[in-house]
Amino acid sequence: MSSKDETGWLIKDVRVIDPFRNVDSIEDVCVDGDKIGSASERKDYVPVDGQGLWLVPRLIDMHVHFREPGFENKEDLQSGSRAAAAGGFTAVCTMPNTHPVIDIPSLIQWQQDQAKNMGLVHIFPIGAISKGQQGQELADLYQMTRAGAVGFSDDGHAVMDARLMRAALSYSTTLGRPIIQHAEDHELTAGGVMHEGSISQQMGLGGIPEEAESVMVWRDVELAGLTGGILHVAHVSAPGSLEALEYAKRRNLRVTAEVSPHHLLLTDAAIREWNFNPVTKVNPPLRTEGTRQLLIQAVRQGLIPVIASDHAPHHQDEKELPYDEAPFGISGLETFIGAIFSVFMVDGLISPLDLFRRVTVGPHKVLGIHYPGLTPGAPADFTLIDPQMRWVVDGKKFYSRGKNTPLQGTRLQGRSVATMVNGEWTMRDQEVLK
Amino acid sequence: MQDLLDLESLSKQDIIGLLDLSQNMVEILDRPIKKVPTLRGKAIVNLFFEPSTRTRNSFELAAKYLSADVINVQKSGSSVEKGETLWDTARNLAEMAVDGVVVRHQVSGVPQQLADILDVPVINAGDGSHEHPTQGLLDALTITQAKGSLAGLKVAIIGDVLHSRVARSDIWVFLALGADVVVSGPPALLPQKYEEFGVEVTADLHRALTDADVIQVLRLQRERQSSKELPSLWEYHLRWGITSHSLSWAHPDAIVLHPGPQNRGVEIDSEIIESSRSRILPQVRNGVAVRMAVLFRLLGGGHDE
Repeated sequence: MSSKDETGWLIKDVRVIDPFRNVDSIEDVCVDGDKIGSASERKDYVPVDGQGLWLVPRLIDMHVHFREPGFENKEDLQSGSRAAAAGGFTAVCTMPNTHPVIDIPSLIQWQQDQAKNMGLVHIFPIGAISKGQQGQELADLYQMTRAGAVGFSDDGHAVMDARLMRAALSYSTTLGRPIIQHAEDHELTAGGVMHEGSISQQMGLGGIPEEAESVMVWRDVELAGLTGGILHVAHVSAPGSLEALEYAKRRNLRVTAEVSPHHLLLTDAAIREWNFNPVTKVNPPLRTEGTRQLLIQAVRQGLIPVIASDHAPHHQDEKELPYDEAPFGISGLETFIGAIFSVFMVDGLISPLDLFRRVTVGPHKVLGIHYPGLTPGAPADFTLIDPQMRWVVDGKKFYSRGKNTPLQGTRLQGRSVATMVNGEWTMRDQEVLK
Repeated sequence: MQDLLDLESLSKQDIIGLLDLSQNMVEILDRPIKKVPTLRGKAIVNLFFEPSTRTRNSFELAAKYLSADVINVQKSGSSVEKGETLWDTARNLAEMAVDGVVVRHQVSGVPQQLADILDVPVINAGDGSHEHPTQGLLDALTITQAKGSLAGLKVAIIGDVLHSRVARSDIWVFLALGADVVVSGPPALLPQKYEEFGVEVTADLHRALTDADVIQVLRLQRERQSSKELPSLWEYHLRWGITSHSLSWAHPDAIVLHPGPQNRGVEIDSEIIESSRSRILPQVRNGVAVRMAVLFRLLGGGHDE
């Protein structure tokens, strides 16, 4: 193999879906070193047949948990990065609820250094809003921003203290980075392990009402209005949250939101089908069919500009505990594309360009990250997707250490078949190359 | 029937079969010498992760009257306290050639999860807020003995229905046998969605008790107060307590049940417990009979195998 500088790739006759440039057409894409090249006279490109495949630049998952430092039995930066490459992602945002919590600039810097050394996926870290995620004092958000943090969240916990939330939102206007709220009133969710509704009442499992989320979203939207702050709502799952987002939109507030694939694909009926197996336990919980349809509609209408996995790997020993005792979370990176394809593409609910906007331009905008799209000189970050591939989910084959997926055994359509980061293949044919 | 995990999934036929068998067992309990050799040579583990006097002893006596050997494993002093998972505890016990596992656990679904990994029958002796199937059966048996049949009766279940595994099992078995079921208590402690299954849900005790033939009074767990769901126990008693006054709204022949243990003066007055309306002690006796029937059906090569 020739050295990196001399290597070039030519992806021929591929359907380019580039939401950054608003392009959906059959093209040839060439890669020169670590950048996108221009149509050139060079003859030594290695050709790759792109017929029947889609090529999407810079897929980013802005909500993942890589668990390092502190919980490496669940995942670490390397296993998480390999899972991202396998799932077709060229970039991720890591959540800071590790041990210790990512709340100082050196830890932000350290994650990016690790990512560069591995060369598997770009890591854009999220820092904590409060020191130690304790919800008491603001962390040093400016210094973390300078070190590379692209947003701030106490994810896993909500910022319950409205005064602290006001301060964080107010401060975000000086940083240009969003405050990402895990919206949950902990008093209302105490003891809850699944969606509060007919099925929780039948199964005798503690309920989490949708309103435990939406009351916080409404509060935060009001605080965004008060401060002019940049608010991003993580993993929305409640009709009331959607109404708050609409209200924010009408008032031109700087408020955005994301939804997770499992909330678009599954409902609380899955908890019954899995018969108390905690593989279905996730926070926010799987909701009803009515809410699922509202979330799909909100994605189609653009009210929700981001889809993010909330990839939450856990060790199998923990996920096999009794339902109340097992941790919340679904390992989601490696089923992401198949899941959103199965929800939106199979029935043609949305155009490919609009769907992938929510995994490219959408999150880049929310986080204030620039990527020019597939233009000469841009970093060669893209994913090849086979839109026709049908496959059956098997968590045991995940690159992630978290094998916990309620999609186990589910037939999905659409799968990433190759991922390139900075001009190097990180995955081809479901095999991670690093 | 391989296990007894819940009453929700049991057919009416299975329920009637178990109740008939239970009635036969009641007759054994009335004999001067109660021990029958039916389960001689069988071993049963009572695996109780939650404190219990009545249910554990009831299962133990039921097994002993059928001549089975019984061991009791409780959380305190067990290897679970040393960090072993309960699945491993159960697997190890099952490996000691036991023929059945009776399990109580504070988390809903544990018996279901156990049944997935064990080859021997698993009997749910109460899981979290989910179900307590032998309680549901013994309540149905007690009502049947008093009223002949559940069909067409109005049964009122009063109290913290939302967190009650007894209520859940009761509801399924009462509905299956043709009763009209109404639940009443503070709104925050009622499963509002049960209206979908044809259960009347009302905070109005008067409405719930009017013309009721059977009143099942649930134990009020005192922690409901600290968890902000209730004002004082006295106020609870005033609005949802079963007293001679509230009982006067029910059918004159109405009977009163309580799964025990009772908080006298909270959910029910002493004078009701001790009145001729009370079927609380027969419930306890029937509990042994029902558990004998269940053990016999699952372990004794019952007629449906």
